[in-house]
Amino acid sequence: MSITLISLISMGAVGAVLAAGLVVASKKLAVETDPTADEIEAVLPGANCGGCGYAGCRAFAEALAGRKAPVDGCPVGGAKVAALVARILGMEPVEGATRKVAQVLCKGGRAEAKLLAEWEGPRDCRIAQNTQNGSFKGCSYGCLGLGTCVAACPFDAMYMDENGLPVVIEDKCTGCGMCVKACPRNIIVLAEEPQGVHIRCRSLALGKDVRVVCTVGCIACRRCEKECPVNAITVEDNLARIAYDKCINCRKCVAVCPMNTIEYQEGKPVLKKLRAS
Amino acid sequence: MELFLIFIGAVFVNNFVLVRFLGTCPFMGVSKQVETAMGMGAATTFVMVVTAAVTWVLQWFVLEPFGLPFLQTPVFILVIAAMVQLVEMFLHKTIPNLYRALGIYLPLITTNCAVLGFSLIAAQEAYSFVEAVVFGLGAGIGFTLALMLMAGMREELRFADVPEPLMPTGIAFILAGLLSLAFSGFAGLV
Repeated sequence: MSITLISLISMGAVGAVLAAGLVVASKKLAVETDPTADEIEAVLPGANCGGCGYAGCRAFAEALAGRKAPVDGCPVGGAKVAALVARILGMEPVEGATRKVAQVLCKGGRAEAKLLAEWEGPRDCRIAQNTQNGSFKGCSYGCLGLGTCVAACPFDAMYMDENGLPVVIEDKCTGCGMCVKACPRNIIVLAEEPQGVHIRCRSLALGKDVRVVCTVGCIACRRCEKECPVNAITVEDNLARIAYDKCINCRKCVAVCPMNTIEYQEGKPVLKKLRAS
Repeated sequence: MELFLIFIGAVFVNNFVLVRFLGTCPFMGVSKQVETAMGMGAATTFVMVVTAAVTWVLQWFVLEPFGLPFLQTPVFILVIAAMVQLVEMFLHKTIPNLYRALGIYLPLITTNCAVLGFSLIAAQEAYSFVEAVVFGLGAGIGFTLALMLMAGMREELRFADVPEPLMPTGIAFILAGLLSLAFSGFAGLV
């Protein structure tokens, strides 16, 4: 018998025996996975960012399959993924769900807001805040500018500008909220993507104290509150606050703000429809 | 005594990871936590022991009598792949958490050169059946030991003041080198 034949037969036999063993094992050790969860996992973004509050996309898919999580729970996938998931689960797609993006509510970079000292510690806002209350910055509410939010962004959707403020690249932002959690001064919020008017200040200090440390902070002069046609702005605790669900992007507040705290993002149109008043 | 020496030799003197430099991929990849390192080590040890037994039978009852020693490598790889499949199914069924923690490194035991390396060495040294199994056990335990030592050190790194450019992988390579250096102290013991 030729060596080739012997090789073929012996290799084939070894392979067949091992295969038979594996077939038996796979029957005995079969794990029942939920086919619905598999299907849902396939349409999820797969970034495992944890924005939904679950350990990862797989855990979220399992929760969805068990109807324990909302179909639009994935902030990264947004409306598109919610619709796909809803179809898999045999539900009607959610209406009017829009994408959320992060907004940085501070305009006081190095040029506008005074630094009392230079921070030489680790480049981490949380450390600066927890050890020194971030006291190197004049404003005790404003951005510390050490880039902790940028480091936390899993999608490279943020960068620090030369003025020392974080900038959100809205096209890349998925609204996962990691930066919101990372910021020790709670400066970053999530807002629906069409929202174009933002009051970029979080300072609860009195107006005259704000003026000392920052040239663009809210001094609670109430002009925006009076100007707003839909009563979306209220001034409370020395800070103007905007209700995003009422705002129609009309920009009247932007025009009257003496400190230029209120900002309008170019390219976001006036929302025609008056939302819930 | 002979068996004991083979065992000690495989665990310390010729530790597969730190002295022979085989299987370094999971050594770097799964050595971040002691717990997963232990799971990985246990899975690899199991694969090694079973592979030792099966490859011994194949080597001396199939390959040698039929004059096919040139098929050694593919046959051994086949056996290892089948064993890894078995372990994978077993873990998925019984310890799903460990299965998830090991991730890609579990199927990668198939291509772990420590497993293939030790079965080739066992065949080359013409070990008896019991010797081969003990050698496999020693190799597996040596692998587990290396992984766990490394994981223990890497867990402690959190409290160390490591220069920024060396984080997180660079310092791990330095650690691996120091660990290997330490193990070279066992040379000549057996």
